[in-house]
Amino acid sequence: MQRKRPKHLNLIEIKQPLSAVVSILHRVSGVLLFFPGIPILLCSLQTAMDSPQSYTEFQSFLANPLIKGSLVLALWFFLHHFCAGIRHLAMDLHYGVALEQSRMSGKLVMVMGIVLTILIGVKLW
Amino acid sequence: MVKLAVTGAHYGLRDWLVQRITAVVMAVYLLLLAAILIASPSHDYVAWRTLFSGQWFRIASFLFFICLCWHAWIGMRNILMDYIHAASTRLLMQVLVILALLFYAVWSVDILWR
Repeated sequence: MQRKRPKHLNLIEIKQPLSAVVSILHRVSGVLLFFPGIPILLCSLQTAMDSPQSYTEFQSFLANPLIKGSLVLALWFFLHHFCAGIRHLAMDLHYGVALEQSRMSGKLVMVMGIVLTILIGVKLW
Repeated sequence: MVKLAVTGAHYGLRDWLVQRITAVVMAVYLLLLAAILIASPSHDYVAWRTLFSGQWFRIASFLFFICLCWHAWIGMRNILMDYIHAASTRLLMQVLVILALLFYAVWSVDILWR
């Protein structure tokens, strides 16, 4: 019996499996960490190290809620990339390669990225 | 007639390994930095400056930035190879990425040893 199944290749219509979501976020966060991530990091480091005055100026700049919000978003990109990377390394060592385990670790990466961002975000705020 | 086997440039495995080694080095550095920041009693300019005045910490930080640039290069190259199909555009973008990363690396030395 021929069953009628919907078949589409439209990326928006397909429900992506969780590993695909983790993976594409790993890529997107990676690109954003390259740019504008690294220049912002270097700029911040330079300003914080230059002189006591620039350090204080930098601190007051960070006090702006809009800047703080962007920083928390950047933190999430970094933490997701970090956690997804650890998942990658575990799989390279053949840990959690089975389907069920990989679904679990995918969920764990998503949750840990957000939980760690909230925890560190609250501490920084 | 010469038969050419299309086997690639053989840098796949090396890049794969470098991507992972640089990731581990960066993770260790960042966890150590987090531990130092949590353990340090004061968070002000003097403490910050003192931390970065240690030669070993500077070298470790420099190693971190080198790993960061190398890691970013492999990642960006893979992404560009996947999504940018026109060779000339891809080459141009890869050159821009390399120049940006070299700039970042030199800039990090300037910051660490000023």
